Amino acid sequence: MTTSSGAAWIASPTLKKVAQGIKKKFNWGRALVISIPTIWLAIFFLVPFLVVFKISLSTTEIAQPPYSALFAWDAEEAIAVLRLNLGNYLFLFEDTLYIDAYWSSIKIAAISTALTLVIAYPMAYAIARSHPKYRMILLALVILPFWTSFLLRVYAWMGFLKKDGVINGFLLNVGIIDQPLAIMNTDTAVYIGIIYTYLPFMILPLYTALEKLDGTLLEAAADLGATAWKTFFFVTLPLSVPGIVAGCMLVFIPAVGEFVIPALLGGSDTLMIGRVLWDEFFLNRDWPMASAVAIVMLLFLVLPIMLFRNTQGTKGENF
Amino acid sequence: MTFKTLVLTTVFALGFGSTAFAEDKVLNIYNWSDYFDPAYLKKFEEKTGIKVNYDVYDSNEILEAKLMAGGSGYDVVVPSGAFLERQIQAGIYTQIDKTVLSNYSNLDEGLKKAVQKHDADNKHSVPYTWGTIGIAYNEDMLKERFGDSPLNSWDLLLKPEMAAKIKDCGIGVLDSPAEMMSVVLNYLGLDPNSEKKADLNKATAAMKATRDNIRYFSSSKTISDLANGEICFAVGYNGDMLQAQSRAQEAKNGQKIKYMIPDEGTLAWFDMMAIPADAPHKDAAHQFIDFVLEPETGASIANFVFYAVANKASDPHITEAVKGNPGIYPPEAVKSKLFAQKAHTAKFDRLLSRAWTAVKTGH
Repeated sequence: MTTSSGAAWIASPTLKKVAQGIKKKFNWGRALVISIPTIWLAIFFLVPFLVVFKISLSTTEIAQPPYSALFAWDAEEAIAVLRLNLGNYLFLFEDTLYIDAYWSSIKIAAISTALTLVIAYPMAYAIARSHPKYRMILLALVILPFWTSFLLRVYAWMGFLKKDGVINGFLLNVGIIDQPLAIMNTDTAVYIGIIYTYLPFMILPLYTALEKLDGTLLEAAADLGATAWKTFFFVTLPLSVPGIVAGCMLVFIPAVGEFVIPALLGGSDTLMIGRVLWDEFFLNRDWPMASAVAIVMLLFLVLPIMLFRNTQGTKGENF
Repeated sequence: MTFKTLVLTTVFALGFGSTAFAEDKVLNIYNWSDYFDPAYLKKFEEKTGIKVNYDVYDSNEILEAKLMAGGSGYDVVVPSGAFLERQIQAGIYTQIDKTVLSNYSNLDEGLKKAVQKHDADNKHSVPYTWGTIGIAYNEDMLKERFGDSPLNSWDLLLKPEMAAKIKDCGIGVLDSPAEMMSVVLNYLGLDPNSEKKADLNKATAAMKATRDNIRYFSSSKTISDLANGEICFAVGYNGDMLQAQSRAQEAKNGQKIKYMIPDEGTLAWFDMMAIPADAPHKDAAHQFIDFVLEPETGASIANFVFYAVANKASDPHITEAVKGNPGIYPPEAVKSKLFAQKAHTAKFDRLLSRAWTAVKTGH
């Protein structure tokens, strides 16, 4: 059935033409260029994903590795047995902890992204409008922190935020407060950490979008009598949307899964999915559950974002 | 970014740790944080010509997660009794070759017996240290809050109205689900090793009731935070708490830290040296264990990290301050109230860690 319908498919004359067209246009150089990232993704994304998916369907055991095998060979019956455990996924919805953690991560990531955008936009704007001579220096300053380890920079923030840290010391000395502020080990500290860490990822795409902006459009707006604010809201802002979208993606996606910042700066009640995942793996030593959490995170978070990006991408092509 | 750092560290740790130096004399030790005198590590290197790579962890759970994954590359690890018991079940340890351990007879016989319920005939492990879980507090800060009333009970943490008085100066609690829950069960008058769901629920409820008073859960951060006054009350391993005391004294910052074992009793743990079955340098591992069993090395551990060592021959070399410290070598009356932890089934372990996560996150 399958073969005959397949043959009919090829036999249809219009499709044949299309197939020939594709064949004629088949460009080996292009195929090669595309195949490299495809193979890369297959090896470093698809295969690990399948491994994690496999583990998520097993059961924990006190053994090495600490989960059961999916396929077992039953010697008596001489058959291979496939043992799938969907319990991990069911448990995800039974225990409110996981759903709360997903929501809380999305909330923290969304608020941080919005705040990062508000801080980054004027900075990117200023860099893009600055004299070309200084632009490279300013950009280099944005990238400079990357020369220090990310972990060290988060630890440095601990020195700033703790009870007898730099910020409290300064505020106490100046006399603005008379009791040290409790910032360390709170959600506020997590927001500060995320915004600080991801700021460059927001500035750079915004800068690229703003720098490309055609100056004559602004002149035209001014000639037509628009005020500076009007020009900004009706010309500059809409034209920088691709930069805003790219920047928000670059901040939001890693922030949702962030582990180090909530672990070091957050309190015990800072609920984020990256931390739940870590606990599941290292504290509970429950690999199958940890894998199930990871898979669901991927499905619920990454898939919608990828679809959104896809529509954005095709929109771009239509212009 | 984080992932990249992780991958790089792993590549460096594994690549250089086990492959690049494979022909050289190398030993990869994975031990608790602040658990060995660095001077003696150097001594071992000079004596044997073996290069030591020394990594640290701060919870049994992390150690187990790494060991169960396999291929950790470590040669000597130091798990606690109940964890060791599970790990032996999983078959991840090699047997200790006692014939090459010239100092094996230095071990305390009583302790050797005590740990046999975790490791039959001491086949897979050599006792390292033992200790308790107790409370360390800042004397002045608690005096401000409780006056001269005696501070000798778990009530300070587990009675919410009492803990609430300490809340503002900071409470840190050991992040160890199995150990903490058994302490709470014991406080409630229940079997500390109970696997009954109802008992677990009671312990969880007791912890949740006081949860709001606790600033954080950590097994290593409490040492420095106590020492510099960042927190004033901590539940932790006795040696860690005493290290906080001595750090505060050294820093002369006016923070007076006191360690006490509450009257209701507490958990006594045993840490054991063991060699993973896939350890790449088993000979060097045996040499190191034998080195730890030398009288002076054993004493250095007691003097440096304030834990009671299983090495009987070390006694004459241990300072009076350590030997006479009831927090390290508790008097008989206190000893009789200590209990040991048993290994839990995988099923109960899951319930336990779930309950602990719920306590920690307040959900």
